[in-house]
Amino acid sequence: MAGSNPNAKPMNLTLNVWRQAGRHTSGKIVEYQVKDISPDMSFLEMLDVLNEDLLRKGDDPVAFDHDCREGICGSCDLFINGRSHGPEKGTTTCQLHMRKFSDGDTITIEPWRANAFPVNKDLSVDRSAFDRIIQAGGYVSVNTGGAPDGNEIPIPKEISDRAFEAATCIGCGACVAACKNASAMLFVSAKVSQLALLPQGHVERKTRVENMVAQMDKEGFGACTNIGSCAAECPVGISLENIAILNREFLAAKATSNNLA
Amino acid sequence: MQLDSKSPEGPLAEKWDKHKFNVKLVNPANKRKYDVIVVGTGLAGASAAASLAELGYNVKAFTYHDSPRRAHSIAAQGGINAAKNYQNDGDSVFRLFYDTIKGGDYRAREANVYRLAQVSVNIIDQCVAQGVPFAREYGGLLANRSFGGAQVSRTFYARGQTGQQLLLGAYSALSRQIAYGKVKMYNRSEMLDLVMIDGVARGIVTRNVITGEVENHAAHAVVLATGGYGNVFYLSTNAKQCNVTAAWRAHKKGAYFANPCFTQIHPTCIPVSGDYQSKLTLMSESLRNDGRVWVPKTVEMAQRLRKGEIKVADIKEDDRDYFLERKYPAFGNLVPRDVASRNAKLMCDEGRGVGSTGLAVYLDFAEIIQRTSAEAVSQKYGNLFAMYEKITGENPYELPMRIYPAVHYTMGGLWVDYNLQTTVPGLYATGECNFSDHGANRLGASALMQGLADGYFVIPYTIGDYLAQTPPKPVDANHPAFAEAKAGVQARTETLLNIKGTRTPDDFHKALGHIMWEYCGMARNAEGLRHAKAEIQKLRKEFWSDVRVVGTGEELNQTLEKAGRVADFLELGELMIDDALDRNESCGGHFREEYQTPEGEALRDDEHYAYVAAWEYQGDNQPEKLNKEELVFENVKLTQRSYK
Repeated sequence: MAGSNPNAKPMNLTLNVWRQAGRHTSGKIVEYQVKDISPDMSFLEMLDVLNEDLLRKGDDPVAFDHDCREGICGSCDLFINGRSHGPEKGTTTCQLHMRKFSDGDTITIEPWRANAFPVNKDLSVDRSAFDRIIQAGGYVSVNTGGAPDGNEIPIPKEISDRAFEAATCIGCGACVAACKNASAMLFVSAKVSQLALLPQGHVERKTRVENMVAQMDKEGFGACTNIGSCAAECPVGISLENIAILNREFLAAKATSNNLA
Repeated sequence: MQLDSKSPEGPLAEKWDKHKFNVKLVNPANKRKYDVIVVGTGLAGASAAASLAELGYNVKAFTYHDSPRRAHSIAAQGGINAAKNYQNDGDSVFRLFYDTIKGGDYRAREANVYRLAQVSVNIIDQCVAQGVPFAREYGGLLANRSFGGAQVSRTFYARGQTGQQLLLGAYSALSRQIAYGKVKMYNRSEMLDLVMIDGVARGIVTRNVITGEVENHAAHAVVLATGGYGNVFYLSTNAKQCNVTAAWRAHKKGAYFANPCFTQIHPTCIPVSGDYQSKLTLMSESLRNDGRVWVPKTVEMAQRLRKGEIKVADIKEDDRDYFLERKYPAFGNLVPRDVASRNAKLMCDEGRGVGSTGLAVYLDFAEIIQRTSAEAVSQKYGNLFAMYEKITGENPYELPMRIYPAVHYTMGGLWVDYNLQTTVPGLYATGECNFSDHGANRLGASALMQGLADGYFVIPYTIGDYLAQTPPKPVDANHPAFAEAKAGVQARTETLLNIKGTRTPDDFHKALGHIMWEYCGMARNAEGLRHAKAEIQKLRKEFWSDVRVVGTGEELNQTLEKAGRVADFLELGELMIDDALDRNESCGGHFREEYQTPEGEALRDDEHYAYVAAWEYQGDNQPEKLNKEELVFENVKLTQRSYK
């Protein structure tokens, strides 16, 4: 079947791929060639081609995380040519298409690099540190049942929209990988902002930010030094403004804390 | 076995309340003595795990993802229905019930659907309380949009990311219970078998996909919230890892599989661009609110367009056939999904398809952009337009989108009674994993509703009824049934690793998908189905003698995971064919070419087929036994669906 652009020519590429057998082994870059790559392929479909090739030869395919392949689940997490999710702005790896590359290119593919994200195998890393940060307070403590009518508390559209923007974080970890300090501030700030903006989140506002920041530190993420590469590389455009909100929330909580423990 | 739906007696509107009163309760102090396993952490699983833990049960939750937040519910775009009637446009619980029954082409159980409509209103309240940022009006109240198959505006949404926001809400509730220690979360753990003791579900066997370790987990009850099986077609809008394995292993242990041939083909997906295609991407149905579907009026014009001799802009308004508006003036572009899909296929079959493959129709936003503004359209659909452009390289603000139907959802699934219990005592199925609410066709924005209804508001009551009748003594994980199930899982892994054949799991999966799409897709006929059945049997044989899996079982081995899932799809595929062959009528997503009206609409046969087909496993390579649950309609009159 022809692609949407019948004039696009297939490409041959050189791939430098990080291979690492397991968490406690050392890894290295291995070079592979892939041929006849259509510009209409997604980046992961290009890796599928490589893996099918490796498998047919009896070699171990490259392990990488992926699932929805439409940019929303946050599973895919490749560091491509030194950038989180590769060269296209506002795009996850699965939505990056090969038309962004040229015939003859060499592409370097690595896993996220951060102490808090240990490598499972090859390009797959363990991001459960993010889950533990959410478990520390990234929720509103309401049990099922007993919620008031959804329209009982009107929320100004501007506020609701801003909360939504923050809530769109997909938890992929690109921000951590892009940061020279491997800081998780953008991730944490997105959830803190969302819930600080909405009236439903106000009750636990102070303890939430204190506990989430404490967990973030405990997981071994680095400090924020206001470079902003996190926001620049975020595939869903989480704004740096959220970090400012996080800092303000944190200071306010520390100054007036209800957390007597 | 006689299938008993356990639908409560009495008037429709009182059934659920009465049932809630009649179910047995577990004493609050006793709840902590019960362990419940929940498999899957999408909307149905995360909401169930969180709610059961809040009640005091000990919950063990499982996902094969690296985090519960990655479940495929996250990709749902358009919205969630609820009978709030906030728009004052005549909505009601009964209307939502009626629309859902009718949309499902009268193949769903009345009592379940009515309950779904009833609890829909609580879901919205619950989600708002969790901090889910639904779209709002300037006055601060919740906004609604319309969706296919309904004439009221009852769909709540969060731009084109409603599934994401709802799932993150359920995930946050789950995370809170994990922090409290009431849920023990097992990431990267894939369920590979169900463990039965004395005819009752007592646990599961999982494989840790990172370490390869095979583990036993015991509990007093097991809830499967493991999603649908659309990936049997290889290409679908499902995420790559979605699979039928958990449900299928439960099926082989005695859970009946209902209506497997009812699959939903979604009308608005981005067309296939090449044979390397790994999945298909949906463009939310909400786009049909404002987008107009059309193809050129003549075959000749479509041919010239495909060859690039003329451009879209060269086709005058009069030469465009807005076929849905023409054929269905009352619903227009908002006809239900099965109707929209079939009509797109008809246009392409006639030779009027567009795009280089001819397998696409246009979804055009020119009019709404002109009537409002590009900015207003972006407000509503910005992320969808951006996604379309990323994938196709075309700008939908300037050129109409090209769309084509793709497999999206499976209405079939494990048979459950009113309590969501399968035919295996102690085994429950929720969300897309069960068959219960959507009949032969699901309406848009109803999957999220059902997943959350089951998890937040149904299972917490109904599972209590079962547990209250189960002694609260610990389940023995050293029972021989566990060792046996575990050995079975390990043996299967060894078998797959030792075949050392020549074809990859993906290769087999694509071949299976091709058979299913050609013969058991948008249109089916007896001859094709019989041919497909033979083909699948042949393919399955080849698989077990020629599949290639490298590496070991004691490491992250994604090829091994894939092989196991494809093996199960190869069995399910045949059952879908059997089911499609049995159902000598057309209804909803099941269109048998032999059974259509002179206008080409689906022709139901209520006299002979108003039943749920529940298939019972009989052993490897044995034909399955068909059990029937007759559907009784006391509150709606069965009519031929008309959206004209």
